Amino acid sequence: MMLGSVLADGAVLADGPSQLLPAREQMAFTLMVHVILVPFGVALPLITLVMNYLGLRRKDPVAIQLARRWSTVMAIQFAVGAVTGTVLSLEFGLLWPGLMGKWGDVFGIAFGIEGWAFFLEAILVAIYIYGWKRMSPRAHFLVGLPIPIVALVGAFSILSVNAWMNTPQGFELDSAGNPTNVDITQVLFTPILAPQYLHMIAAAYMVAGYLVASVYAVGWLRGRRDRYHRLGFLVPFTVAAIVTPLQFMIGDALARQVFQEQPVKFAAMEIVWETGPDQPEYLFGRLQPDGSIDGGIRIPGLDSFLAGFSRDTVVKGLTEAPAADRPSIREANITHFAFDTMVGVGTVLLGLAFWFGLAWVRRRDMPRSRWFYRCAALAGVVSVVGLEAGWITAEVGRQPWVVYNEMKVAEAVTDIGAGPIWTSFAVVVVIYSLVVWAFLSVLLKMKLRWRHADAETARAGLPPDIPQQAVPVERDEVAR
Amino acid sequence: MSSTDLVALVLLLLLAAYTCGGGADFGAGMWDLLAGDRDRGARPRSLVDYAMAPVWEANNVWLVFILVVTWTGFPPVFEAVMSTAWVALTLVALGIVARGAAFAIRKPTHRVARRRHLGIVFGLASVLTPFFLAATLGGIASGRIPPGNSKGDPVTSWLNPTSVLFGILGLLAAAFIAAAFLVSDARRFEAPDLEAYFRTRAVVSGSLLLLVMAGGLLVVHEDAKPLYDGLTSGPGLGFAIAAGIFVLATAALLRTGRLRGTRLTAVGALASLVLAWGMAQRPYALPTTLTVDEAAGDPNTMRWLIFVTIVAVALIGPALALLYRLDLTDRLAADHDEDLIEATGAPGR
Repeated sequence: MMLGSVLADGAVLADGPSQLLPAREQMAFTLMVHVILVPFGVALPLITLVMNYLGLRRKDPVAIQLARRWSTVMAIQFAVGAVTGTVLSLEFGLLWPGLMGKWGDVFGIAFGIEGWAFFLEAILVAIYIYGWKRMSPRAHFLVGLPIPIVALVGAFSILSVNAWMNTPQGFELDSAGNPTNVDITQVLFTPILAPQYLHMIAAAYMVAGYLVASVYAVGWLRGRRDRYHRLGFLVPFTVAAIVTPLQFMIGDALARQVFQEQPVKFAAMEIVWETGPDQPEYLFGRLQPDGSIDGGIRIPGLDSFLAGFSRDTVVKGLTEAPAADRPSIREANITHFAFDTMVGVGTVLLGLAFWFGLAWVRRRDMPRSRWFYRCAALAGVVSVVGLEAGWITAEVGRQPWVVYNEMKVAEAVTDIGAGPIWTSFAVVVVIYSLVVWAFLSVLLKMKLRWRHADAETARAGLPPDIPQQAVPVERDEVAR
Repeated sequence: MSSTDLVALVLLLLLAAYTCGGGADFGAGMWDLLAGDRDRGARPRSLVDYAMAPVWEANNVWLVFILVVTWTGFPPVFEAVMSTAWVALTLVALGIVARGAAFAIRKPTHRVARRRHLGIVFGLASVLTPFFLAATLGGIASGRIPPGNSKGDPVTSWLNPTSVLFGILGLLAAAFIAAAFLVSDARRFEAPDLEAYFRTRAVVSGSLLLLVMAGGLLVVHEDAKPLYDGLTSGPGLGFAIAAGIFVLATAALLRTGRLRGTRLTAVGALASLVLAWGMAQRPYALPTTLTVDEAAGDPNTMRWLIFVTIVAVALIGPALALLYRLDLTDRLAADHDEDLIEATGAPGR
């Protein structure tokens, strides 16, 4: 449905050149696919290493087994993410040459940092994945240790560019309107970077944690209540549950930063039409062309209160900017809907995290209710919805600008006809669908294979199938 | 040497690295495609799979580096090339997706028919992707890509005599370096039959590469005179000769069975080839409409780019060395398949 609204969003862009619509849709589509893979590159390595550490520390073959299997999943998704990421780099030029030709030397350096961070991560991940069997367990673990840090550096660079597009600075314009005197530190560290960065990192940890845990929640519901499923659920879910309340604070800080730095975007997120104090908060609802709101739940004064801790806080409205320089009514509604969806998802997940925390504090154990596991089984997919909604909020809310208040998307787009881009968009959709389908079917098949393997070893009375490195541990287990 | 020259050199070296690393990768895909039916091709394919798996991801990241350094260091070049040669480059993007996904997914896929289909996708994408990439470089080299947003011809910018020549050279170079590397891999895995198999292929593709290089001069003479002049004088000529010598040296070493230096000489051949082109089109970034100096980004950015490059080399160098070392000393092994097959007692083992 969100994809539908993004696609529909383009339909109102009557003022741009005809190729703008397919270019935006293709970029949006490829980014929406890529962003799902991001949590597995950014957050799964740490979750896997925690499991690996537990396995080494407690000499627990089950933990080692889980870490090893997760690293296999990480490997496959990393490969797919590497190619979808490469496609995005090509698309910068194929779809947005105007952006790159003018601003490439201003914001490009962050991608340089991302380039080597990703390369380093790829190398270390390759060693980690292929090193399970023949490297010493300690050396293998140590090689894995820098991966989460390198991943944070890589994510920093990408978020730095996106933050710059939202709050551009660190350059002057010469008489021809071209940027000169680039100040790289100003470019890298823009006003909105810190909350935006932390928001994305926390989101990555939530998605990776809830998604991995949801797999084992399903197993738990189906009666596979062994140590394997317990550990596989506990470690990622705990990570995600710890991050969730933090994410609320980070998200709140980011929203206030948007209110300061991009008031018109904030107005779109909250569908505020006229500037003024005592603005109500609308939960969902649709902005009409005359500025009235249709539907939704109105909470008087809450928007002003959230923005400045007082009902007297003046919140700027969309009409603050000329119609050509602000999101259209349609775009504002998409932004608002996505924003409310994201906050809604976050609230639901926060409730789930509290449920888990409460059970742990009271009984030092996981919740007993089947309903908890039903919710946890859905939490993975729900968190992905939240991630996509957040991304749509950030991107659609910035329209019609690609570089906020400096360059419009219409000026950035490639100067070829709409037809070829529709064609390439269609081909991209087909190929990506095949890739996603194949990726998911491989994951499912691996899962089945692992389950068969476990059933086989259990029937034979053997300890779980574990890599060679844990052979001494295996003997311990048998002795016990 | 100005910071602009330095960044241009870095870009050329990145291109050389991608030609070698990516070339070995694409080339292995070509040999996979050409290995014949299931029975005949099984052994060469398994070597390709086994030898490539741990390093292939790292190889393809060079391309991202090239794109990033181009748009950061020489933004107008990036704008011009990507928007004019968009047909070829869109196909490259699609080829990369299809290829990467097919390879990654083929590993854990067990059904034979599915594996074969994925293998064909992988092989075809391994041929088309480097061809279109090299063809685009041919478009640049023959001056068919003017500065600006989509100012050149969307078809002849990458489909012309020089582009086709570059495309064929790219394919032969990839096939050559991949075969040369696979000879050493075969020896490492103690498979003398495969060693001979890939030695023949390395020598044949190397000979073809030499022939096309020499014959290509005629094409370039007709189609891109400034490039011809650059290739027949000064450093351009020097690197072209070096490339030829390195190919001959590789073939000679392979035939005598002394494999120690063959990886280096093969890398030297491809790197020289790339440098010959780069030197031949100096001082232009886009012959003959935009010089390297005109294309350069903000001077502050150029200095930062050099700094970032130094940091990158300092961090990636050791990591890459570790990867290759562990790989060459057999301490890396594909994890997913074998144990699981052993565990399930699946047929075929």
